[in-house]
Amino acid sequence: MSQNSSVLYDAPGPRTRRITLITSLVMAALIAVGVYAFIYQPLAERGEFTMDKWGPLIDPDHPEFSPLWKFLGKGFRSTLTAAALAIVSSLVLGTALAVLRVQLRALQRRRFTGLPTPAALALRGLSWLITVVTRFCVEVFRGIPVVITIFFVWVILPEVGIELSLLWYLVIGLTIYNMVVIGEILRSGMEGLPGGQVEAAQAIGLTSFQATRMVLLPQGFRVMLPALISQLVVVLKDTSLGFIISYEEIMRTARLAIPLLETPNTIQMFFVVGVIYIAANYLLSKLAEYVQRRLSRARTTRTIAPTQPLPSTVLTGQASNV
Amino acid sequence: MGLLIDRFDVFASGFWLTLQLCILSGVGALLLGTLVAVLRISPLPPLRWVGTAYVTVIRNAPLTVVWFFAAFGLPALGSNADFLNIPGLNVVFSRLSFDLPYFRFAVIALSVYTAAFVCEAIRSGVNAVPPGQAEAGRSLGLTFGQNLRYVVLPQSWKAAVVPLGSVLIAMIKNSALAGFMGVVGDLSNAAQELVTAEGEAVIPVFIGIALGYLVMTMPLGLLLDRLEKQRAVAR
Repeated sequence: MSQNSSVLYDAPGPRTRRITLITSLVMAALIAVGVYAFIYQPLAERGEFTMDKWGPLIDPDHPEFSPLWKFLGKGFRSTLTAAALAIVSSLVLGTALAVLRVQLRALQRRRFTGLPTPAALALRGLSWLITVVTRFCVEVFRGIPVVITIFFVWVILPEVGIELSLLWYLVIGLTIYNMVVIGEILRSGMEGLPGGQVEAAQAIGLTSFQATRMVLLPQGFRVMLPALISQLVVVLKDTSLGFIISYEEIMRTARLAIPLLETPNTIQMFFVVGVIYIAANYLLSKLAEYVQRRLSRARTTRTIAPTQPLPSTVLTGQASNV
Repeated sequence: MGLLIDRFDVFASGFWLTLQLCILSGVGALLLGTLVAVLRISPLPPLRWVGTAYVTVIRNAPLTVVWFFAAFGLPALGSNADFLNIPGLNVVFSRLSFDLPYFRFAVIALSVYTAAFVCEAIRSGVNAVPPGQAEAGRSLGLTFGQNLRYVVLPQSWKAAVVPLGSVLIAMIKNSALAGFMGVVGDLSNAAQELVTAEGEAVIPVFIGIALGYLVMTMPLGLLLDRLEKQRAVAR
């Protein structure tokens, strides 16, 4: 980041540094005045900074502190439960979906020459049909908002006689959407691998399923790990949508807790919940960045490794694969 | 399936309102996001910090939290988001001038949330411009602003368009939260109304609502796929 932005302007000399310092100070002062006038003052006038409103959240000696946090703790647990279940199930099903789509693609190329013609045609028709259906489902569920999916899972399932707890409606809704997204991430990871990988696997006699399971999938996972982790952050964020089906995750719990307090404190409550959410997601995104750095480092060392200079054709071939 | 035809007006007006919301928040997010991106690469450290803080906070907050802050925080600050009731604009987007502020809150929440992602998309585009371009601009004596305006941003646009497109698709899908946050009459609110209040059959309503969103997201997605493929071949 600093490397790249320094390309845009010259290294500051003494005069520029002075100007920068002065402008920065002026701007900081302006921001401070703006925050005071437009945010602090209206809030202070409404008494948003009094201990009556903040006490239950931050003061351990406040009589409402421990019951409130016990109540919120239940909400956090529900959020984490939903997130964990949704993450696990969408990872498992998403992997299955990616493998299925890659397999179907391999199947499309088969001609079934050993079989009599009608059977071969029927098999090819069947594989084409399944391909079209999966493709259609993927495009549809990728294009519909998660909120809508969750809402309709909650409405439709009881109607067809499947009564579950609210947790499961939320998990199913989240899973439908995220398994499709994760499936697409993994599929593009596997299809982006150099063609030599599959060819080598076939050459040593692996079946196409074995090749996918033992050669493509591990590498696809590795390449797409950063994207997968950021998708998991999305799942954690999306559990907050549970409030639309009145699942008592942390946002809804917080909302329910507000009127129970002596002095209702809407803004303070959401502020604290928001900070916790942001901290958790920030740590997860940092993890994704770390993983990405590790992976790119591993890749660069490998390309440096050959001691003999590679012929230029090989190098350009590699470059187009990246 | 007769429901789709009988209640076509509900679906159509819901679609139109969602489209309005998406256009307004899309424009807002692009403007705000470009501004934040410029802040993030600016030579002044405090501005960079402001930009970075904005992106870090908003990207890691769930949209629900951002939306709640727009809906509860703005009134606490004594604002009804009336500044969005822009003369001229409110002729086409008549919801902007409604007494109930929820549509304006929706526009603000979606713009503020999406801007963080727009900023990252633009920044990835700026990073894709070869450093020699900006250096050449600098050696010609262009200032930071000129360099951005005439050299870097026009080129970054090319690399940023695909990530920007996926950000906008995500925004269209996020706009479905509006119906659960007090906006009356958009597609997601129509879904609730038809199913819970009027007791219509669920599956046809689902198909209608899904079609409404797919009409917006799918063509964009296909277009992006094509752009991406063209780019891959060109490289």
